[in-house]
Amino acid sequence: MNVLYLVSMIGYIVLAPIFGLVLAGLDRKVSARMQRRVGPPVVQPYYDVRKLMEKDQVTVNKVQDFYVFCFLLFIVITGCIFFAGGDLLLVVFTLTLANVFLVLAAYSSNSPYSQVGAERELYQMMAYEPMVLLTMIGFYLAVGSFNVSDILNGDKMPIVTMVGIFVGFLFILTIKFRKSPFDLSMSHHAHQDIVKGVTTEFSGRTLAYVEIAHWYENIMLLGIVFLFFCNGTWWGYVIGVVVAAVSFFLETFIDNSFARMKWQVALKSSWVVSILFGLINVALLIWVF
Amino acid sequence: MYSVFFLLLFPALMAVLLLLVKNDKLRGVIVISGAIVIMAASVYVALEFLKDGTTYFNFESEMLDWFMLAVELILCAAVIYLGMKYKKYLASILSLVQAVFLVWFEITYAHEINVLNNLYIDQFSIIMILIIGVIGSLICIYSLGYMRDFQEHHVSEKDRRPWFFFLMFIFLSAMFGIVTSNNLMWFFFFWEVTTLCSFALIGFTKTEEAVKNSFKQIILNLVGGIALILAIIVLGTQYDVMEFDVLLRMDSNAMYVMLAVGLFSIAGITKAALMPFHSWLLGAMVAPTPTSALLHSSTMVKAGVFLILKLSPMYGNNVVGYMVMCIGGLTFLLASMAAISQSNAKRVLAYSTIANLGLIAACGAVGTYEALWAGMMILIFHAVTKSMLFLCVGTAEHHIGSRDIEDMDGLFSRMPKLSALMIIGISGMFLAPFGMLISKWAAMISFVNSENLVLITCICFGSAVTIFYWGKWLGKMVAVVANSKDVEESVHKEEWVVLGLLATLVIAICFSFPFISSEILSPYLLSVFGQPVNPIFATFGIAYVCVLLGMLALLVVVPIPFFNKTKKKVRNNYMCGVNNGDNQSYSGSMGMSVNVSMRNWYMEDWFGEDRINKIGLVLTTAIIIVAFVLILGGVTS
Repeated sequence: MNVLYLVSMIGYIVLAPIFGLVLAGLDRKVSARMQRRVGPPVVQPYYDVRKLMEKDQVTVNKVQDFYVFCFLLFIVITGCIFFAGGDLLLVVFTLTLANVFLVLAAYSSNSPYSQVGAERELYQMMAYEPMVLLTMIGFYLAVGSFNVSDILNGDKMPIVTMVGIFVGFLFILTIKFRKSPFDLSMSHHAHQDIVKGVTTEFSGRTLAYVEIAHWYENIMLLGIVFLFFCNGTWWGYVIGVVVAAVSFFLETFIDNSFARMKWQVALKSSWVVSILFGLINVALLIWVF
Repeated sequence: MYSVFFLLLFPALMAVLLLLVKNDKLRGVIVISGAIVIMAASVYVALEFLKDGTTYFNFESEMLDWFMLAVELILCAAVIYLGMKYKKYLASILSLVQAVFLVWFEITYAHEINVLNNLYIDQFSIIMILIIGVIGSLICIYSLGYMRDFQEHHVSEKDRRPWFFFLMFIFLSAMFGIVTSNNLMWFFFFWEVTTLCSFALIGFTKTEEAVKNSFKQIILNLVGGIALILAIIVLGTQYDVMEFDVLLRMDSNAMYVMLAVGLFSIAGITKAALMPFHSWLLGAMVAPTPTSALLHSSTMVKAGVFLILKLSPMYGNNVVGYMVMCIGGLTFLLASMAAISQSNAKRVLAYSTIANLGLIAACGAVGTYEALWAGMMILIFHAVTKSMLFLCVGTAEHHIGSRDIEDMDGLFSRMPKLSALMIIGISGMFLAPFGMLISKWAAMISFVNSENLVLITCICFGSAVTIFYWGKWLGKMVAVVANSKDVEESVHKEEWVVLGLLATLVIAICFSFPFISSEILSPYLLSVFGQPVNPIFATFGIAYVCVLLGMLALLVVVPIPFFNKTKKKVRNNYMCGVNNGDNQSYSGSMGMSVNVSMRNWYMEDWFGEDRINKIGLVLTTAIIIVAFVLILGGVTS
């Protein structure tokens, strides 16, 4: 059993960036088709990152690289804990630590645009964190354990009693995937960002690390979506993978259907969703199911 | 037994000595040697009694009881006099009411009640003794340098340092008394002494604001003091009980026991500055910073939650349990929100202290062993981390001339060592591998297990808000600003030693928390709840402890290869205009040089202090009123 989790952890470290970059490529391809363009090849994100790696090594200060490296490192650790069947709350807390490192990297440059990005990133964390925590609490109440391994082998599908939480989680996934309308701190759409948000002052290899970290992070987040459908059988896993893929493309669709909204909307709407879907679902889990 | 007496008496003796010494050098010697003795004595007491578990001391003296009553009456008289002098009549009236209750009870009932054990010591008292002894003494040493600067900043005023150090050391004695008194009248005596110390220290500068805030403190805490004496009167008149251990064995569903527990909770809530009584702690920030570190974050306010955690077995799913849970949870959520809107570093720290005290109180009120474990852990980590942060802010204030976070722009370049310490402190308050987060994690699990929706809501939203206000402060600190001057050289040596030791302590207790849990907390929880489970291993599993410790080790090791080494070319920032080369200004349109300034985000519209405080005041007052109506109406569960 333990060996299995070790294998899945190593598998995550090796395969997650590959899947992540393919997903990012597909995202761009699908977006392009939605806009009636041909779009770049699917492996374009890989070319981008390789080019960034070869760029001149330039920085705005001497400490930024440290923070960005820690960001990448702790994102990978977060994923490792998740794929090693670890504790969901530990996953959330490590993810928070990683994100704080990204914020610090942006702050450290003391540049106006990256500071706007950094503060917005913190603001987004404040917006999605309650729902993320409620999701994990929901898993615990539904399955009786915070451990990914127990949920994976549980005998009932968590989604059955967690529909509300699932909807809420999909909602904040838009923020986590940095998709419009909530791509406040950093956007892939050049036309609606304040310069380049948190990443304004990153360049070359440092920027490449941020990209790679996002690949890792996205796979881990889709892993959580997958978890909603696990019931210890093969068809549960298949449904999980399919729904994870569908929800990723749902986010792409949302991304292309909305322009960025005012920043106020992000916090208000995600807290309302957290209460309406997350909290009420948790209450039902406590009192009804 | 004599070692405990030593702890109670020695600081008081030092205090009297310091009141008489006017020479600064001599004072330094006395404070440092006294602090070292207190530290050593508290560690000695901890080691002596750790193995024995709960120990009672049946020491008795009629003389001492009369002496305490006399001191209490003198203190009451002093408050009445000061209230008249500064036209704060409410303080005088409350103090008079308290004195009347006290004397009446002392004369009619107290002497009839036979008290078996006046003092006790158990694992929880040991934790508190270590916090008071170690952190308290360190803060006293730190105060030496701080007060020297303070005096230089206030040259025109009379040197009142003897009075300052007198209060600090008397306070230590009283705190030791609070955590070792089994006799409730003794407990009350020490409790009032700490209130008065805090009152005098807040009003230390005698400015108009200081006087106003000190009276706010005394008025609110007198309400708590009256609740405390009423609780003792209820127990004494109804059950002839005046001992803590007997109280803890009583059935909390009986109406008068519940009434007493409710009144004790009110006392704890005022002392711990939970809503609706929290405004005094914010006002208390006018006091010299070591005072804020010692009284208003690491020890005195902890006496409030100490009382609540102590009563933990009496709470649970009953009216008082719900009352304290709701107040604690709401305080955690709302105080964290209010912290967002603050730019004054000490006020941010104050709100964060209030929030954490709320969380500890909520943990105590859940009344399960897991929750109590979490509450005690938060108490320990918070005491160490927050006192260090306060001292860092105090030092920064004396060297950059401001305690505003906006002025800490690029502190990393101006005071590198101090900023490093502050970064450790701030990260320690909310980030993953550090202790506060581990205990918040445990708190969250215990809230979910107790199926309390209010607390689940408060902790989920409260944690999210916490990330925001610490994150933006941390961001200000780490910003690298070019051409800034290093202003660190003039920091006093005592301050460095103390700050360094506290930072070491912050990291050390993170590494040793499995040990603290298994050696000190578990035996205590076993004696309170009778369940032989070590929750840290039951809820997290040993593997996670390893993961966390591994992450912590990583955070210590990873910075090393990066430290100030990079082969990359350093370039200027992007300014959306031509950067003038200093990252501080750019050439705008028409060739004008435009200066760049950056401000933090306070969201005044949403999280403005007035708005949040109003909501908190209404909600928590309503909760208290409803709870007492229910208790007096005979509803208990």
